[in-house]
Amino acid sequence: MQERIFKIDRELLKRYANASGDQNPIHQDEAFAKSVGLPDVIAHGMLTMGLVGQYVSDWAGGSANVKEYSARFVKPVVVPANAVVELVVNGVATEENGLYRLELTATVDGVKVLGMAKALVKK
Amino acid sequence: MISPDSVGRTYQGAGSTTISQSEITGFAAVLGESDFSVATPTFSIRTSLDQLQEILTGPEVGINWERVVHGDQKFEIHRPIVAGDVLTCDATIESYRVAAGNEFINVKSDLRNGDEIVCTNWCTIVVRA
Repeated sequence: MQERIFKIDRELLKRYANASGDQNPIHQDEAFAKSVGLPDVIAHGMLTMGLVGQYVSDWAGGSANVKEYSARFVKPVVVPANAVVELVVNGVATEENGLYRLELTATVDGVKVLGMAKALVKK
Repeated sequence: MISPDSVGRTYQGAGSTTISQSEITGFAAVLGESDFSVATPTFSIRTSLDQLQEILTGPEVGINWERVVHGDQKFEIHRPIVAGDVLTCDATIESYRVAAGNEFINVKSDLRNGDEIVCTNWCTIVVRA
């Protein structure tokens, strides 16, 4: 699979909050995020997982071909104001009984943000 | 602490959610998808997390949602969600453990359109100490 970079900024967090219905203020309000012990606003774990899911859908030729998809949220993605954070996604595909098992990596500044990210797809 | 009786039990979510094309399109567009014919793989989190919150914060289980973080997530997609699906969600609390004061709740959610299971989602919900 080929490396791809997704860009995450505050604007994307706001758009994801509206599209997903997850309006938790830790994803939008810096003062609130800090008040609960976070370094700054963090991305929704499901936004990160959703972007990596997009990588999977694109590789598989469409969302309809994705059978399974799983990940652990191992490290929050911190999104400072006016910053663009780069989520670097890559993967290895192995054929398995006519389907493909994808082992995925997702890192920010070289640090893994999803653990055990895997998918099973048709292609 | 969650109620010990709740482990192993299945809770039926209240009501159903009719999936609209605009929800599918809006969710997909944010992630950079341009094919809106079916929902993207993680779309069902919209439905399952909503229902889960309702079930887990209800009096029978009783967790404090403000202290909840998402530990992990798995989607088993039996067929993609499409506009017009009327989804109900039930949640089974499969296991529960406490480590260093944090509570780890493993929940399986089945999303059904009528009798058909469209998607099965597993997640670990962590209630921080």
